[in-house]
Order: sequence, then structure tokens, then C-alpha cells
Amino acid sequence: MERFYQIDLRKIWDWLMVGLCALSTFALLAILFCVLGYIALQGISGLSMDFFTKMPVPVGLSGGGAAHAVAGSLVMVGLACILGVPWGVAVGVFLAEYEGSRLGDAVRFTADVLTGMPSITAGIFIYTLVVVEMQSFSALAGGLALSIVIMPVVARNTEEILRLIPRSMREAALALGIPEWRVILHIVLPTAARGIGIGVTLALAGIAGDPVPLFFTALNNHYWSLNITQPMASLPMEIFRYATAPFAAGHKLAWTGSIALIGLVIIPMLAARILMPGYKIRR
Amino acid sequence: MIMLVILMALVIWQEASPSLQRFGLSFLFSRDWNPVKGNFGALPYVFGTLVSTFLALLLAGPISLGAAVFLAEFAPRRIKSTLSFMVDILAAVPSIIYGLWGVFVLVPLLQYTVEPFLGRHLGFLPFFQGPSYGVGMLAAGIILAIMISPVITAVSREVLEIVPVSQREAMLAMGATRWEVVRVAVLPYAGRGIIGAFTLGLGKAIGETLAVTMVIGNRPDISWSLFAQSHTMTSVLINEFSEAVEPLHRAALIHIALLLFLVTLVINILARLMIYQMGWKKNKWNVSIK
Repeated sequence: MERFYQIDLRKIWDWLMVGLCALSTFALLAILFCVLGYIALQGISGLSMDFFTKMPVPVGLSGGGAAHAVAGSLVMVGLACILGVPWGVAVGVFLAEYEGSRLGDAVRFTADVLTGMPSITAGIFIYTLVVVEMQSFSALAGGLALSIVIMPVVARNTEEILRLIPRSMREAALALGIPEWRVILHIVLPTAARGIGIGVTLALAGIAGDPVPLFFTALNNHYWSLNITQPMASLPMEIFRYATAPFAAGHKLAWTGSIALIGLVIIPMLAARILMPGYKIRR
Repeated sequence: MIMLVILMALVIWQEASPSLQRFGLSFLFSRDWNPVKGNFGALPYVFGTLVSTFLALLLAGPISLGAAVFLAEFAPRRIKSTLSFMVDILAAVPSIIYGLWGVFVLVPLLQYTVEPFLGRHLGFLPFFQGPSYGVGMLAAGIILAIMISPVITAVSREVLEIVPVSQREAMLAMGATRWEVVRVAVLPYAGRGIIGAFTLGLGKAIGETLAVTMVIGNRPDISWSLFAQSHTMTSVLINEFSEAVEPLHRAALIHIALLLFLVTLVINILARLMIYQMGWKKNKWNVSIK
């Protein structure tokens, strides 16, 4: 009798713990649906071309969009792309091609540590370095700060992709007497281009929704401006401003902006999943 | 890139030096933050960061560990990758979105339902006293928990998947139940990596800025009540930086940023070391752990 009782207890315990684990997973996912569902409900009605093409209207009028913020985001993310991506890809190539060296290990470790650093530190860093020197907040500084945020992510993504390329391809090219730098440039990188592209897109999507570095660099601008030496608006900054202001029309724009941001993040992730099964998303 | 980290530390250090020289260590222990008189002490902000982070880990810890174990061990193969992908999405949603959701959904919910309820039934505890504003420490803790739990889950899951199959098979062969396999053979083996994952979540919670700023209320008070409005190191930076015209005020803010930088740097280094060690156990550098 005693033995049967014990076995039963173990089974009950087993079911209980497995159940708890399953429950916590579904609790997490329920939160996801709560957040996304609520935002979709609130913002979908305001989603139209006006949001991307029209300027905001004065408080009290209806309609209007956030064209200046969309443009500002594009400009600064573009700047970050120009500044950060070649740097990141270069570091990634170094990590993948010259693995095993002490320096490589150190760089990889630094990249991982930098990935986990809060973006506020990048903002302050660029503030002290660029904004103080230029005596003004500027979109250029914003782009620089964002490029620091994406660089380690791009580097590690690139490294992962390059590692997937078969060794034999490199060896075949080297056996033909092609110098190593040309092998990397003309054989390895084109082969990995799609993967690197997805990695870069994911990294860019990550910073497009993060206004924190911009608080210290690009600040904000309520008007249309494409001058990169001046403060510039951006989508997440405007969402923040609208959300903390007490106007219903602003809230509406904030919700719509959020939908745009979520789309910006989820679509590349879905694409990565479909185009490259087994691709690991970095965080 | 290594140079970049050193450069960052140096530049921020230099910019904070007026405040470093003036206040030194007492900066950490003084409650007086008065830009008009030129007195600065960061205690309320440090306190706010510590408490909100602790609260977030307390709330997020069990759920994320459970979810990670489920995803790595128990989930049926067919739904496993879909569920993991959803957790990844949860981790990738920009923080401004959580902030927005926090302001419009979580805060009213807390203000009119949860906080009065807690106050009525657990009001004898010092944590649940005072009027309910909605915004405050509790809201910040919950938002942070929501934001860090997918990260902890995803990293822990990857760590758990490194545990060799033979480890599990040995336990199963002895007639252990599924849970016993996890408890005796898997979790101890992955222990260090899981602690690393939690440390990573901790670093993210400390550095998290925007969502917290939107829901914590931004008042530099020190109170034991979770209903009270509070302030964190990151939120004071966001709120005051563009308005700081006095050089000393700005230096004090950058001083806070310096503390933040150093603390998160140390935390991240520790976390990565612990996670890497899991990889070394199996095969040095060959396993890609994130």
C-alpha cells in the first residue's frame, strides 16, 4: 500500500509541475495578445496614408498625421545604417574568419556585453562627444547614437551567418590562388548576403522603436525638417510626446504610430523565419 | 570596438567630473536634489531603480523560468517553435509600446481595481498603504516584469537546450517522472546559465528607461509603499536632461549616467561569463549562445 501511495504522489507532483510550467508559458503569451490586441483595436482606425503624408494639425482640429516624425525616423535610421552597418559587418567578418584568436574572443565578448547595455548610455556618450562639441542637438548625433546601438548586434548576426557557409567553399576559392581578402569580399559575403540583410533589418527594426538615445542627441522637432545638423523628430519620440499629452487626438496618433512600429518589428521577424528557418534571433 | 567601451567610460567619466569632485561618494547617500541651490544627491533615484528592478525580478522570475522549462522540455514538438517565436516577438516589441499600454491600460486598472483591493485586504503591510494613483512603483515593477520575462525565458530556454540528452536519458532510465528529470538532472546542470539569464534580465531592467518613466510617476520620494510615486536613475535622466542648463546640474545627471553605465557593464559582463561557461562545458565557443 505504502508503495502505491508514493508512486501516486510522484505522478501528481509531476502533473502539477508540468501544468504550472505550461500555465506560465500561456500567461506570457496572453500578455502578448493583450498588448498587441489592445493596440490594434485602438490604432487600426487611424491607420491611413494621411498618417504618413500629412503634418500634425493644431489641437482641436481632427485629422492630420505625423509625416515629419516618419521622415525623421527614416533619416536617422538611415544614418545609423550608413554609419553602423559597415562597421558591424566588418567586425562580424573578423569574428567569423579569424576565430580562435585571443583578440577575437575578446571582441566577441565585448560585442555581447554591448548588446546588453541599455541604449541610454549610448545616448549620453554621443551627447558628451558630439552635442557638446557642436553646441546643438542634431539628427547627426541621433544617427551616431543609434549606430552605436546596432553595431554589436549587426556584428554578431553577421558572424552567425558567416559560420553557416560551408568551409569547402572558402577552401575551393583559396585553392585557385585567390587572395584571402578577395575570397571574403567576392565569395563569402555575397553568399551570406541574404542572411546579413535579414540580420541588419532586424537590428534596424530594433532601434527604430527606441527613442531613448534620441532624448540626448536628436531631441525632437515639431516641424518638417530634413537638416541633419538640426534637431529632428522621430516616430517613437512623437509617440512619447502624444502619449504624455492630454489630448485625445494625440493619443489617437500615438496608437497609430505604435501599430506602424510593431509592424516594423514583426514583419522582418516573420520574413526571417520564413526565408531562413533555423535563424536565431539575437537579443 | 573594445576601444569604444573604454572610450565611453572615459568620456562619461570626464563629463561627470565636476559632480564627482564636488560630491564624491556622498552623492549616493544624499537625498537632497535641488538644482536651484546646487545640491545633488542621487539616493531617491538609486532607491527607485533598485526597488523597481527587484520587484520586476520577483514577478518575472518564476513565470519566465516555468515558461523556459516548458518550452525546452515539455512542449509538444509541433507547437514548440511557434511558441518560442511568439516569446521572441514579445522580447522585440519596442519599449515605447509597453509604456503606452502601461499608461492607458495598466495604470487605470491598478488605480481603480487592483490597488484599492490590495489596500483593503493587505493594507496592514507597509507595502500596500497610501492612496492609489495608479502610476507608481507597482506599475513600474509590473511593466518591467512584462518586458524582461521574455528575455529571461528565451535565454534560459537556449541554456536548457544545451544540457546533453544523455543527462535526461539516464534519469528516465531510472524511472523518473518528467518533472524529476528536470529537477534532478537538467536544472542543476544548467544552473549557472540560468542565473546568467536572470542577471541579463536584471541588467535590462536597470537600464530600461522609457516605459518606466511613463508609469512610475516621477517623484523623488523614498517610500515603502508600492503605491507611491517614485523615480529611477533612468527616468530622471530623461526628464531633466534637456532642461539642465547649470553645468553642475548637468554634471550631476551625467554622474548618474556614469553609475548606470558602470553597474550595467559589470552586470552584463557577469551574465555573459556565466552563460558562456555553460557553452564551455560542452564545447568551447562552438555552441552559439546568445
